[in-house]
Amino acid sequence: MSEPLVVIGNGMASARFVEELGKQALGRYSVLVIGAEPTLAYNRVLLSSLLAGEVEAGDIQLKSRAWWQSQGVTLVYGRRAQAIDPAAKTVTLENGAHIPFAKLVLATGSLPIRLPKPGMDLPGVLTFRDHDDVAAMLSATGPAVRAVVIGGGLLGIEAAYGLARTGTHVTLIHLMDRLMERQLDAEAAGLLKRALEQRGIKVLLGADTAAIEGDGCVEAVRLADGRVLAADMVVSAVGIRPNADLARAAGLALGRGVVVDDRMATSHPDIHAIGECAEHRGTCYGLVEPAYEQGQVLARHLAGRAAVYAGTVLATNLKVSGVPVFSAGDFIGAAGTESVVWRDPGLGTYRKLVLKDDVLVGAVLFGETGDGLWYLDLIRRGERLGRLREAVVFGRALAEAA
Amino acid sequence: MTAHVEDPPPVASACPYCGVGCGVLARAASDGVTVSGDPDHPANRGRLCVKGSALGETLALDGRLLHPMIRARSGALERVSWATALDAVAEGFARISQRHGADATAFYLSGQLLTEDYYVANKLMKGFLGTANVDTNSRLCMASSVAGHRRGFGSDTVPGSYEDLDHADLLVLVGSNAAWCHPILWQRMVANKQARGARIVVIDPRRTATSAEADLMLAIRPGTDGALFSGLLAHLAETGALDSAYMAAHTTGFDAALERAREIAPTIAATAKACGLASDDVRRLFDWFRTTERTVTLYSQGVNQSAQGTDKVSAILNCHLATGRIGRAGMGPFSLTGQPNAMGGREVGGLANMLAAHMGFSSVEIDRVRRFWGAPRMAEREGLKAVALFDAIEQGAVKALWVMATNPAASLPRADAMRRAMAGLDHFVVSENVLSNDTVNSGAQILLPAAAWGEKDGTVTNSERRISRQRPFLPLPGEARPDWWIVAEVARRLGFGEAFAWPDVASIFREHAALSGFENHGSRDFDIGGLARISDAEFEALRPVQWPVRRPDDTADKRFFADGGFFTPDGKARFVAIEAPGLKTEADAGRPFILNTGRVRDHWHTMTRTGKAPTLGRHTVEPCIEIHPADAAVAGIATGDFAEIATAHGAVTLRVVTDPGQAPGSLFAPIHWTAETASHGRIGALVQPDADPFSGQPEMKATPAAVKRVAPGVEGFILSRIPVVLPDGTRWARAAVAGGLGTVFSAPEGIDGTALAGRLTPSGGSVSEMEDAARGVYRAAIFDGARLEAVIFVAAGGRPAWSWIEAQFGMSELSPLARKALLAGRAPDGMADSGPTVCACFAVGLTAIKAAIAGGACDVDAVGRALKAGTNCGSCRPEIKKLIETGA
Repeated sequence: MSEPLVVIGNGMASARFVEELGKQALGRYSVLVIGAEPTLAYNRVLLSSLLAGEVEAGDIQLKSRAWWQSQGVTLVYGRRAQAIDPAAKTVTLENGAHIPFAKLVLATGSLPIRLPKPGMDLPGVLTFRDHDDVAAMLSATGPAVRAVVIGGGLLGIEAAYGLARTGTHVTLIHLMDRLMERQLDAEAAGLLKRALEQRGIKVLLGADTAAIEGDGCVEAVRLADGRVLAADMVVSAVGIRPNADLARAAGLALGRGVVVDDRMATSHPDIHAIGECAEHRGTCYGLVEPAYEQGQVLARHLAGRAAVYAGTVLATNLKVSGVPVFSAGDFIGAAGTESVVWRDPGLGTYRKLVLKDDVLVGAVLFGETGDGLWYLDLIRRGERLGRLREAVVFGRALAEAA
Repeated sequence: MTAHVEDPPPVASACPYCGVGCGVLARAASDGVTVSGDPDHPANRGRLCVKGSALGETLALDGRLLHPMIRARSGALERVSWATALDAVAEGFARISQRHGADATAFYLSGQLLTEDYYVANKLMKGFLGTANVDTNSRLCMASSVAGHRRGFGSDTVPGSYEDLDHADLLVLVGSNAAWCHPILWQRMVANKQARGARIVVIDPRRTATSAEADLMLAIRPGTDGALFSGLLAHLAETGALDSAYMAAHTTGFDAALERAREIAPTIAATAKACGLASDDVRRLFDWFRTTERTVTLYSQGVNQSAQGTDKVSAILNCHLATGRIGRAGMGPFSLTGQPNAMGGREVGGLANMLAAHMGFSSVEIDRVRRFWGAPRMAEREGLKAVALFDAIEQGAVKALWVMATNPAASLPRADAMRRAMAGLDHFVVSENVLSNDTVNSGAQILLPAAAWGEKDGTVTNSERRISRQRPFLPLPGEARPDWWIVAEVARRLGFGEAFAWPDVASIFREHAALSGFENHGSRDFDIGGLARISDAEFEALRPVQWPVRRPDDTADKRFFADGGFFTPDGKARFVAIEAPGLKTEADAGRPFILNTGRVRDHWHTMTRTGKAPTLGRHTVEPCIEIHPADAAVAGIATGDFAEIATAHGAVTLRVVTDPGQAPGSLFAPIHWTAETASHGRIGALVQPDADPFSGQPEMKATPAAVKRVAPGVEGFILSRIPVVLPDGTRWARAAVAGGLGTVFSAPEGIDGTALAGRLTPSGGSVSEMEDAARGVYRAAIFDGARLEAVIFVAAGGRPAWSWIEAQFGMSELSPLARKALLAGRAPDGMADSGPTVCACFAVGLTAIKAAIAGGACDVDAVGRALKAGTNCGSCRPEIKKLIETGA
């Protein structure tokens, strides 16, 4: 008789966890997955492509219905889990149903942060997080539409790019003096800004949103410096916070997210958390790679194998509005570090590697990121570069040649 | 019928480089000129060395002087018409000759002039302006051989033929790196060694590519060649190896010569001591020489460029006269000449101590030439030889100078002082091919655009007295004119029109031939009277022919002196008692080294031609100073460092190469680099002027020098389409590369790579750059659209290699990967760098050759089979051999 294992959340972390569990211990648990969104799990990273019309809704689905069946998983989606009773080891659904579990996995992801500014509740102010947000945006796009995207991080840029591809007039406003300041150095950010501008997106840096204005619906965004940007649509993409509401109500230990140990266990031994809702060693990750690693570790652990999650050396490795960017480690370069730089405007390529005592400690790549993971591996191995240094900035093939 | 353009048939001509005088076939096709060896020419039988093979790369018109120019008050050279330029030249010579006498004027000619050019210039000065101040760069090349020949034979006669090198059983090379400087003759000698087992002995202070193939190498102390051959003469007498019959019938002065030889080097032990050699080695040479009838002794600059050059030649001739080994197959003394037409100049008499056509300044000869020329104003005595001539210029005694086809500001001893001296001339005319060289930039006031090789029409004579045609296969570019035409036009303006009214070059040749036969009757060795009446068509078709040609049918190959018949009053050769051998100036505590100078394998003279050929730039990219490792250690320098070499006369800064083949206490530096090609490489500036009392040839291979290490700072290179101007204080050298120029540099104070890249970036261009500041590394590739315009590599600690990058530089467009690999300095497949070129003919680099050796190629031929390296001109075979021996 297999133990009941319940997963709350039907996103990327959840799907990877279930897949791994199937590999590690198919049949050991009877798995039930609860998802609030009324769809099969999909690839959230591709929402911007969906918005841009580059893919169809079906294309971003992670796994087919048949696959879920083959895994023997019971899917309950379009239903919100309302409460957890750690003592009784049950989950309560919004329809009042009580679902018992032997093991519970929280994979509730994160929620968009809404700026605490006047007018954020006006109709026409959207976020960019899920299928519904994309649908809402698409219903309002068009050549005559003026959209303002607030937030020059990954999400905001992706939203701006997707909207621009629909022909919408897009202005991207960002509080900081450069885009994606947590993933890119100033030069790479500058290149990204030019790339966005070439795609017809107007970018305003150091733009502090004072208020959203409008009579009954969005009409403009007012900046702290007094500038007013006319807008038919505003997309707020200023960041995310872990979705830990259920855990809080259940009295589990919280930091910014649900606190977990190296086996992804919360303060309750039979309740685990993975993905963006979890906080491991003080870090809440906002990217998919750590979520996948956490899902794999947890699956091994629940399969009774030794498994430890020691955290993820954070690497950004993605296409921003069609431009590949990569960054990892200390790519800014703290005191005592040296940097090796290669820039080729003709190829639209920029690379900066940061070294400390001849060991690679950080890298930022723009335009051509094929070697990103090699650099990440070098950072993780922490070995001296030695002869590799001569051509390391040109990538593995050339660095290891001759 | 379909019409299609046929490339014209190949034109048979002669190579413009060394004195071997190889025949070439030049094909001028739509896509450029290709040059190959002429199978029908007896000098090379179709072979060609790398320099000759690359002639096609040297003919582009970039940097050519294409119209007359006169220096304006501003100091700038301005284009003028031929009429204006020629009037100015004539006016200057007339004025100064009138005010200060004819001896205040001078011509400085060149072994690159054709015989006809030489003849016209010599005739104007010696017969019409009335001075013998006509000297030539041959003074720096083989004047000591001329003087030695005349002293011993009564005439400047090379007795033998190249064929002797095929038939000899012993080949003794004295002061000759023939493997590099006369590669095609060297290949004949090596072929003889391989086919017939001929022995090769090399006598040279340093181990060279030539000595690498030798059966015996005598690393002689500089300046003691005379002692070695004195010892040999004494030994031959001692051991009864003399040819008494020949000596009795055809020579005089033996006793005095032998007595002096015995004073200098009485025994083998004494000889060994005097020459700094091992007795066994000396004995082996003496035994071989004594017992080998068919012996040829070849000598070149190591003998000639000496304050005792004439005595050295005499010491060699003494040994051949004493054994009667002269003028017969496979034996004799043999002077290897450095220039394509030094011999032609000697025949014309284009030397200050000759009058004309192998005649001197006796009243009989002066009168004979006067009558032949109908000359109003004959030179009555010898003129000033090169070094004395330029001293006179320095002192202001000579005020008008016309330099033709040579670069004295780079090649003379004390070259920096000579540059200043020329700047002080009242009237300074230069006939040139190039717009800019050290001589042009020494204040030349009138520049005359002369025809270059491939455009010139006339004859040259090689080291075996063989006259060959140089035929044009290119049109005269711009307003360039033949040198003979230029001189004749000036003569006309000076009022001598009649005597200089030749319609064409064939007419000049006929007059030259007629003078050589004029009242000769066998009294003078040089006689081509038999060619004095050839038709224009016969001249055009003239086959290579060895002089003398005393009658029209007298065209067979021939040697001199087998049966005596020397050109002395009594018809007998003279033995010469030589002075005690030694250097003019020995090293001392302040200048502990003896600086030797010479050629590198793939360059020639001051690089105005070889410097344009990428193929020739790869073997030696920059000038280097060679020093023995032990000396280097004491001086605290290593291979790759930079060192300043200073003599009493000047200083250069060169990259250091340690070489165990260098004798301790000696240095070697190449002569080729000038202010055009290097910032600190003018070796002529260091060379002392002390000259041989008979030949006037300076001791250019033995100047006391001091060496000290110089901090290199950062180093790097630039490949660019156009010349790059580097910041002051940067040391640089420039070489031709495929598609542009390669400039290597070192900057003691460092260099701002980004700023440098900025200066090289065309408007709208883009820069791909890489920087590892902590390591002092900066690299940039500068693009104009997709076209690569320039590449910059800067690094601390050694110059990065560039051959891989040069290959990319030659391409029209680069793929993104190639663009990346370019700055990485290596190919994606891991074939990093082909290394310095070893075989220039087939562009095979060191890396590939080492790989082939590692792969089992056990001898030079095996490497050749694997890579073709060394299978054409063969001048790299010694290097390949060395690589195999040292286990690569």
